[in-house]
This record gives sequence, structure tokens and C-alpha cells, in this order.
Amino acid sequence: MMGVKNASRQKKNNIVTIILFFFAALVIVGPLYLAIIIALKTPDQMSNILALPNSLNFDNFVKAWEMTDYPRKFGNTLFITVVNLVFTIFTNSAAAYAIERNRKKRKIFNALYYYFISAMFIPFNVLMLPLVKQADVFNLDNILGITFLYIVFGLPMNTFLYTGFIKSIPVALDEAAKIDGASPIQVFRYIIFPTLKPMTATVAILSSMWTWNDFLMPLVLLSDKKHQTLQLAQYVFQGQFNTQYNLAFASYLLVLLPVLIFYIICQKWIMSGVVAGSVKQ
Amino acid sequence: MKKEKVSKAFYLMTIPMAILFFIFHTYPFIKGVFYSFTDWKGYGDWNFVNLRNYLHIFKDKNVISSYLFTFKFALAATIGVNILSMILACALNAKIRCKNFLKAVYFLPYMLGVLIIGYIFKYIFSNIIPMVGSSLGIEALSNNLLGTDSAWIPVLIVTIWQGLAFNTLIYLAGLQTVDTSLYEAASLDGATGLKRFLKITFPLIAPFFTINMVLSGKNYLMAFDQMMAMTNGGPGTATTTISVLIYKKGFTGGQFAYQSANAVLLFLIIIFISVLQLKVLEKREERVGE
Repeated sequence: MMGVKNASRQKKNNIVTIILFFFAALVIVGPLYLAIIIALKTPDQMSNILALPNSLNFDNFVKAWEMTDYPRKFGNTLFITVVNLVFTIFTNSAAAYAIERNRKKRKIFNALYYYFISAMFIPFNVLMLPLVKQADVFNLDNILGITFLYIVFGLPMNTFLYTGFIKSIPVALDEAAKIDGASPIQVFRYIIFPTLKPMTATVAILSSMWTWNDFLMPLVLLSDKKHQTLQLAQYVFQGQFNTQYNLAFASYLLVLLPVLIFYIICQKWIMSGVVAGSVKQ
Repeated sequence: MKKEKVSKAFYLMTIPMAILFFIFHTYPFIKGVFYSFTDWKGYGDWNFVNLRNYLHIFKDKNVISSYLFTFKFALAATIGVNILSMILACALNAKIRCKNFLKAVYFLPYMLGVLIIGYIFKYIFSNIIPMVGSSLGIEALSNNLLGTDSAWIPVLIVTIWQGLAFNTLIYLAGLQTVDTSLYEAASLDGATGLKRFLKITFPLIAPFFTINMVLSGKNYLMAFDQMMAMTNGGPGTATTTISVLIYKKGFTGGQFAYQSANAVLLFLIIIFISVLQLKVLEKREERVGE
């Protein structure tokens, strides 16, 4: 056994490893490294951009924090992401469950299935003009409104993901619980929903990444400063950052930081979740 | 035939959501289609103009040039991302050291918002590269590309930089389904390197290729964030995609109805291209499977 293990270890391809490390450092880490050192410098240290800063100087971060009203923008974005996540997971999985289990029994569920699936082909850009008019009428141009729209707009994709998964759960499981006297809601709550965990992880990751990084929907809906998200704030403050690159980069990093921390902690989980959502085996 | 009973609870789980979806997604969409046949500016009175908006699109140089740019950009980005991510996935699937660490690093860009990445790269292309270029005496690099007719190249690079992460991950998932004993058999037959990839690996990961092609094609036809961050559609209208045009003229240019027609056209094109891609690619998959 030892011999075999050693042999396979020796076969590791060092050249490919080195090339991959080189490109990762240059192409992926390089721009982020630049962003970090620029954010830590003062304008007079910019003559040699690539050099490390003389001292650790967090003034830019403090200034960007105050200037963009970071806590509020962070709070807004976090609110949208978390509330959307919770509601999406419960409402969309329940809808997908009801659709998948009754598609063969009642035409309406089958029709709804095709309705949602075909809606996946309508990009947001196509309906944003009339949507903004309508959002005015319904008073949706605020944090609560946009959260509500995210929950509704995620439905086609999530129905698609959840129904594919629910199909693989045997109906016998539902039947057994029903014989024991469980109502459909109890069956869903105690039997189906826990079984959906892997797909719920996928839906959770995809929805959170969507709401955290989305720029277009906040751009067209949220005009009030108090309601802006982190991404939108970077766009709005471009004019004020102007050539104060150190300040601007500190501000960008403040937006990227929560995602980077989240990624470092749950990196494996995120990657497998994204694959499961895209590749239906 | 006796119909099986369907509990009311199931209706409760779907109907309210479906109604909300109709009101806030389908209804605006229908309204957009409706207004595309009018001359509404976004306010005030309107009249039906039948197909005038649509006919005008085909005579409008601005719109035509932004369609051509969007197609060029989407095609270049789709091909670029898929070739590079395929190579990257093969490299990451090889017997390398620190495999999980490297995979994690290459997937990182997926997590970062395109807008902010766009801002960071805008600085690199407008300040750092010209500086490095002029100090090395390379003429081609010493100008800010974003201010020239080649502005789309930096935008394309950012798009590929971000898109690689997702596509590579999908190809890696595909490569992991390939039985390595096939490779041993192939090397006995003398198939190695590129030949082995084309004859054995690629046909086996074809379904993953289909997923990536369709998703990237659709995404890049709607490209918006990276242009807003890096060029704002310029210089002039050189990097104005359809989405940027709809946003700019539809909301502030008083062209609500006209840009609605443009949006409907974009929708039809996306459907057409997605369906076409699926048909062609699936047919090829079947042929390979025989």
C-alpha cells in the first residue's frame, strides 16, 4: 500500500501545478492585491503604485465608511438578502412541492409548471421599463418593495430547481405520512422540507449571490438615498470619488469584504451548491 | 374516471404565489409588449402606432449599431470564456498539488459583483497599464484603451475574468464524471494530448458544454453592469449594448414605447438563440452518443 501511495504521489504534475499557481497569483489575486494596497495608501504614495504602502493606514476606510453611509447601505443589503432568502426558501419550495406532486392529478398544476418554466426566458431587462412604472403605483421603490420583487422573481428558477429534486423523492414517503394522519402541510414541513436540504443549500447560495451583487434592479427602483444598496452606492458615489482612487478602492473593498469572508468560511459548500444548481444529473 | 382528491393546502401553496407572479412579472411584460405598439413617452397621452416602432428600429443607426456590438461582444465573450475555462478545467483536473486550494482561488471571481470588478479593472486599464506600457516603451499599451474604439476589449477581458469561474466549475464537474480507465485504454491505442481530448474527453462532457454555451450566450446578450462601470457605453456609443440602450433611452430619453419595442425584440432574439443553441448542441450530443 505504501508503495502505491508513494508512486501516485510522485506522479503529481508539478509543471501544471506551477503554471496554475502562477496564473492564480497574476490574474486572480493580482487585481485584488492592487485594490488592497491602493486602499491602504495616501495619494502621495501613489507614484509607485505597485509598491507596498509605507505604513498601514486605514484612514481611507474610515472616510469611505462615513462618506457612503456604509452601515446603512450594509444594513439595507443585508436586510434584502436575508429576508429574501428566508421567504424564498419556504414559499418557493412549498410551491414547487405542490406543483410537482399534483401535476398529473390536476391540469392547473401542470399549467403552472410550464408557466413558470417559460417565464425563465424573460430577462429582467425586458420588463424593467413597465415594471418601474408599476412599482411607483404599488409603492415598491423601497427596501421592502424590492425584497418582495426578488422573492417573486426568483420563483421560475427555484421552481425549476426544486421540482427536479422533489421528483426524485418517492411519493410513498408522502403516502406513509398521510396514513399516519399528517396533513399535506405537515407532510411538507416534517418530511419533504428536511429532505430538500441539498437543493435548499443551492437555492440559498444562488439567491444570496443574486441579491447581494445585483446592480440593475436597485438602479432602476431605488432612487431614495436611504434605500440604496451597497452596489448601487458605489455607482452613485463615482462622481464624488472622482480621482480620489484611494478612497474609492477602500469603499469597493468594504463591499467585497463580507463576501470574501463568507467565501473563505463556506467555500466548499458554495462550490458544490452552484454545481448542483446548474447540472441536473 | 374518478379523480383523485387534491387537498386545498396544495392550492394554498401555489395559487397566491402564482397570482403575485402574474401581477408583478407577467403583467408588466404584457404591458411592455402593449406599449411597444404605441407612441407613449412614459408620461402623458398616447396613440396606437401599430408596427411603427418596430419598423423604425431597423432604420435607426444607433439601435442597429448597438445590436451589432451586443452580438459581437456576446459571441467573443461566449467563445473566449468557454475555450479558456475548458483549458483551465483540464489543468485543474490533472494530478496537481493543492488542488482544492487552486479550485477555490479560481472560483473566487464568481462571488464578486461585476460592477465593482469593473471599477477595479477600469483603474488598471486607464492608469496602471498605460504607465507600465510607456515605461517599457510599448506604444500599443501606453494609451488608455477605454478611451479608444478598442474600449470593448478591456470590457471583454473583465467579462471573461468573471465568467471563467462559473464555466470552469461546470466543466470540472463534467470532467470528474469521465472514467479515467478510458484514458489508459486510449493511451494504449496511441491517443494522447489534444487527440485524446477531442476523441474521448470532449464527447463525454458535451452536456456540460451545452449548459455553458446556452447560459453564457444568454448572459452576455444582456451584458450591462460591466459597461456601466467601465465605459458608460462609450466612448460615444462604441460599447452600448442593448440593455444599456434600453436603460438610458427608455428611462430618461422619453422613448418609453420605442425602447419597449426594442426590449421585445431583444426578448425574441434571446429565445431564438437559446432554442437554436439547445437544438444544435443536443443534436450533436446525440450523434456523439451513437
